[in-house]
Amino acid sequence: MVKEMATDKLNAKNINVFYGQAHVIKDVSMSMEANSVTAFIGPSGCGKSTFLRCINRMNDYIDGFRMTGKMLIDGQDIYKKKVEVEALRKDVGMVFQKPNPFPKSIYENVIYGLRIQGINNKSVLDETVERSLRQAAIWDEVKDDLNKSALSLSGGQQQRICIARTLAVEPSIILMDEPASALDPISTAKIEELIHELKSKYTIIIVTHNMQQAGRVSDKVAFFYIGELIEYSETKELFINPKEELTQNYITGRFG
Amino acid sequence: MRLKEKIIEGILLLCAAVSILTTIGILWVLISESSVFFLKVPLTEFLFDTQWTPLFAEKHFGILPLVAGTVLTSFIAIVVALPVGLTIAVYLNEYAPKGFRKFIKPILEVLAAIPTVVYGYFALMVITPFLQQIFPQMAGFNALSPGIVMGIMIIPMISSLSEDALYAVPKSLREASYGIGATRFQTSFKVLVPAASSGIVVSVILAISRAVGETMIVAIAAGQQPRLTLNPFVPVETITTYIVQVSLGDVVQGSLEYQTIFAAGIALFILTFVLNNISFYVKKKFEEKYE
Repeated sequence: MVKEMATDKLNAKNINVFYGQAHVIKDVSMSMEANSVTAFIGPSGCGKSTFLRCINRMNDYIDGFRMTGKMLIDGQDIYKKKVEVEALRKDVGMVFQKPNPFPKSIYENVIYGLRIQGINNKSVLDETVERSLRQAAIWDEVKDDLNKSALSLSGGQQQRICIARTLAVEPSIILMDEPASALDPISTAKIEELIHELKSKYTIIIVTHNMQQAGRVSDKVAFFYIGELIEYSETKELFINPKEELTQNYITGRFG
Repeated sequence: MRLKEKIIEGILLLCAAVSILTTIGILWVLISESSVFFLKVPLTEFLFDTQWTPLFAEKHFGILPLVAGTVLTSFIAIVVALPVGLTIAVYLNEYAPKGFRKFIKPILEVLAAIPTVVYGYFALMVITPFLQQIFPQMAGFNALSPGIVMGIMIIPMISSLSEDALYAVPKSLREASYGIGATRFQTSFKVLVPAASSGIVVSVILAISRAVGETMIVAIAAGQQPRLTLNPFVPVETITTYIVQVSLGDVVQGSLEYQTIFAAGIALFILTFVLNNISFYVKKKFEEKYE
């Protein structure tokens, strides 16, 4: 293992992705430090979600999916044969675009990740529920209704339950695929605030359509366009002083 | 133009009316004929007597032995069909490659297209002798063998409808489960099956209803001895078999023996009617849940 990689949480090297004949990610290389927030921006269909889903191998089940290159987490290639994809996904959590709680109680939703690992110790589960819900900034709202169906909550609350569910298994990386795009402004603000707080413990990668959001929450921004990584730099740098004309045109709204 | 529209509308209405009128007609015959029966035999005897011997010298008219035969064979069928059918549904939905699924589903449904008389002889000539090697005390006619074969027959009903229900579970739930490190097995049985449970329940009820109404298999392989028992090794008689037996025999039209088949028929009708309504109710609930 090359030394310099050790300091990076994530290191993608020459990633190419194909869906059948379509070449959707073109030779993307990038690295991320631990405890940072990275935002992926770019127009629809630019490959930012596809790239995100390569990091926890969520594309594996898609027919015709093929990837070349190396995706290293803590220096380990996650596409090696011996890697257990379940263990990987426990370490690389994911929050989806639409809140997707299970049709179960709030409590059971949060501990789902523990249940599937065979953890049934009541006090461990109770502690996990409280810790995760507090981290997800929703404990005070739901602490008296833990046995209520998660589906009875509002969209914003559901999304924070889903974040708590992800936090419960103590991942080191959290992938967020447009986590606030289906939410109202107040819920969005809460999620953004949450991202700030979670940064101290987790490495966060967030896909977003909303450039203001990328500017507010991220340390670094990666701009994708038709499968290519056009520009990747510090957030301020990218928004104030973009190096590429394409980036400039996108962030000023000349196309979207 | 106007007139033509009217005529077309009339023809369409007529077609719809045929099926409704047939149902009403059947109900009318069942009720009117069995009401004659119930004038002669008290309802309490029909419901609570433990013997059914209308064709013997000493007549008893208790429906319970026939109901027991029906319930027993149907229960055996569902015990066979539910685990197998559900496993197939989960396999097709979550494990099988897409091409394989397209190929295997129609083949499975062929099971439902086999004439039931073939199933009946299969039970009598193949399954029963095979089972007798394992259970030597088993009679040539019994509830177990046709029950198992009926189970095989209704597997495609359960697997196909359950598969549809599993398929209808939003993709986002699947992703939520995989995204947190669940295996396919855990995702299937901890998330998908519970989320699709109402659809699965509907498939099971419809399958039971099919088994309760099944005639040929039990008529061939279960025997014709009304017996109030839950022993799967001895001959029993189901409601449907009894109706066949009397319809084919030389019972005098209009006699009390003749009217028993309408009483048995209405009991069967009520049983399947209730089952179908439960499934309809569950289905409606299910639709409310997913918008």
